[in-house]
Amino acid sequence: MKQDFVTTNIEPPHGFMNLNIAELWHNRELLYFLCWRDIKVKYKQTALGFMWAIIVPLVNMVIFGTIFGRVGGLPTNGLNPYLSYLAVLVPWNYFATSLVMTSLSMVKDAPMLTKIYFPRLYSPLNPSFSNLVDLAIGFSILLVVTAINGIVPAATSLLLPLFVIWMMLVGVGIGSFLSALNVRYRDVSHMVPFLVQIWMYMTVLTSFSGLPERWGAWRFLYGINPMVGAVEGFRWALLNHHMVKEVGGQVVPVLPAHDLMMLMAAGLPAMIGMLALGLYYFKRTERIFADVV
Amino acid sequence: MSRDAIIEIEGLGKRYRLGESVDMTRNFRETLMSLPGYFKRKAAEKLARARAAEGGAGAGGAAAENGESPAYLWALRDINLNIAEGDVVGIIGRNGAGKSTMLKILSRITQPTTGRAKIHGRLSALLEVGTGFHPELTGRENIFLNGAILGMRKAEIERKFDEIVAFAETEKFLDTPVKRYSSGMRVRLAFAVAAHLEPEVLVVDEVIAVGDFEFQNKSVRRMQQLAQEGRTVLFVSHNLAILRHFCRTGVLLEKGRIVHTGPIDDTIDHYLARSHVAQHHDIDLRKPLDNRSAGSPPFFTAFRVFGNGRPSTISTMGGSLDFELDYDYPRPVDGLRVNIIVRDINEQVVVQFSPSQQCPEKLVGSPTRGTIRCRVPWLNLIAGTYRVEINAGDNEKDIDRIPEVCEITLAEHDVFGTGKALSRIHGMVYLPCEWQTSWEKSAAPSAR
Repeated sequence: MKQDFVTTNIEPPHGFMNLNIAELWHNRELLYFLCWRDIKVKYKQTALGFMWAIIVPLVNMVIFGTIFGRVGGLPTNGLNPYLSYLAVLVPWNYFATSLVMTSLSMVKDAPMLTKIYFPRLYSPLNPSFSNLVDLAIGFSILLVVTAINGIVPAATSLLLPLFVIWMMLVGVGIGSFLSALNVRYRDVSHMVPFLVQIWMYMTVLTSFSGLPERWGAWRFLYGINPMVGAVEGFRWALLNHHMVKEVGGQVVPVLPAHDLMMLMAAGLPAMIGMLALGLYYFKRTERIFADVV
Repeated sequence: MSRDAIIEIEGLGKRYRLGESVDMTRNFRETLMSLPGYFKRKAAEKLARARAAEGGAGAGGAAAENGESPAYLWALRDINLNIAEGDVVGIIGRNGAGKSTMLKILSRITQPTTGRAKIHGRLSALLEVGTGFHPELTGRENIFLNGAILGMRKAEIERKFDEIVAFAETEKFLDTPVKRYSSGMRVRLAFAVAAHLEPEVLVVDEVIAVGDFEFQNKSVRRMQQLAQEGRTVLFVSHNLAILRHFCRTGVLLEKGRIVHTGPIDDTIDHYLARSHVAQHHDIDLRKPLDNRSAGSPPFFTAFRVFGNGRPSTISTMGGSLDFELDYDYPRPVDGLRVNIIVRDINEQVVVQFSPSQQCPEKLVGSPTRGTIRCRVPWLNLIAGTYRVEINAGDNEKDIDRIPEVCEITLAEHDVFGTGKALSRIHGMVYLPCEWQTSWEKSAAPSAR
């Protein structure tokens, strides 16, 4: 009867921050069920269903490729402008959708959180996992468009999961901060779509290779926005063997690997900072959550 | 006591902040506006703490109520309690006595401010039926989701799946989205999942007072079965009959403190006895009240209630209740209406006493102040807790309304003289009726 005999200690909140990783791992089945629920529910009662995961990146691709690539003439890394934009829009859409859902997660789950105990962190973690399905669909579109352009994905594509994990960490960091803030201030739900839009322009519109050479090492400050390294890295991993330009008759990579690493190095402190701040503030709010929401 | 304590509670307390901060879902502007108040409060807190330190800890209980910053409320204070393994414990108390707070702390939904509790074993809490149900998902999917949320493993749910479905009696609708279920079906399914949890400790909050009567009976039986299997059950209910029937031990809470523990019958007697001293049978309505919606000026000035002829909010099934309403209004009220509305704990109106409907002539030309009395000589209501609203109005609008002026408790009474207890699962009212039986001579019991 008592094989899994456990003792629970209930005490006033104390300590700086206790993520309780062991507990998160122990109950991982619940995270699986919560993701499964969100995936099942997401496209219920929609006429087009999963088609939405295809339509959104395609429409975005056409808009960005046409307006900024063709008409605006922004640099497109030596690639077809549509492909160049799609390769960053697919990861960006994953991040943006996850961030919006994460920031609303605690308030959305409030009826559950005030009636039953489970590791609260699952609530903001959930969107980053359940949206992986949409990312996979978006990624297959990207592969199709890549093939249409006559390109075989580069061997560095094996690094893609790395950039996805990076995005998850940024999303969970800032998202759990916002979700906790939203518990107190519902302004957050008005602010987030706006924030995501501004962030998108700062990340997707301009690519690193478009920054003037004469800025030298200062250009890497662009990478302080940790999403720059993530989406640029995503495109780079898939397509770097075709991202080339001619300089003085020589073919050189648009984004050399060491430049990308510098960009990511610039973003790393920001990413870790956001994650630490987000989790810290989340754990702080978690203590009073059921009394406040 | 040969059995070990499965739950050990030591000095447990929970403090809530009152006033402006109760509603903390504010926007930034409000926060900025309230900053000066915040600093003032912090300063006051510091002062109070310094004073408390000087005064020493001897003040104890009294300090909690009045000594400390009035911005705080102790919903639970100094709770010390050991619960033996296999015990079935009923937690009793008026609204606001801290019952729900205690369950929420034990189920880890909220954290205590002071003290500690140790639970040796898996604890499942049922504070609501159907937590986490998703309307778009089918019955089958919701069984898995809800089971997981309640702490079951996937393998465990799969093993008990057929049992759960059979208990809920919803086989035919397993692949229908739950949003198409009737509310009764939804409740049955939800309770079925919860009823198949196998924790060492089960915490239940009034949830079995849902569903139709037949299903309530089934739920109570299932809970009893769990208890007989040796699980520890903590149970909160307003329904003294169910508590008496179901629990072995009782814990009586009053204003956040334990005032009595012991066998359930003792505890219920204590509860009833203490309520006789009730502070609430005579209520001064000239003082400001929460949630009163009154025109200016208010109409009612006092409210008194007499149970079985004594000044008390307690009466018995089959007993009597008297209400007295004092009023004082600056001008005569044209077309005065006065209502006394009695609701059960599920907010359902049970009965309404209105002179304006029952004897309108008595209110015609009433002077600007006086007393209105209402006598209910025979309460054929089932035992339980009821809430009383009083309101008054003129031809056009309400002029005074107090939605919860008091809570009255009807104790059980063997009204049919058969020794069988009546409780809420047998209905809301009882009525005398006459039975006749007749048999044909040939249809002797052995014939079939």
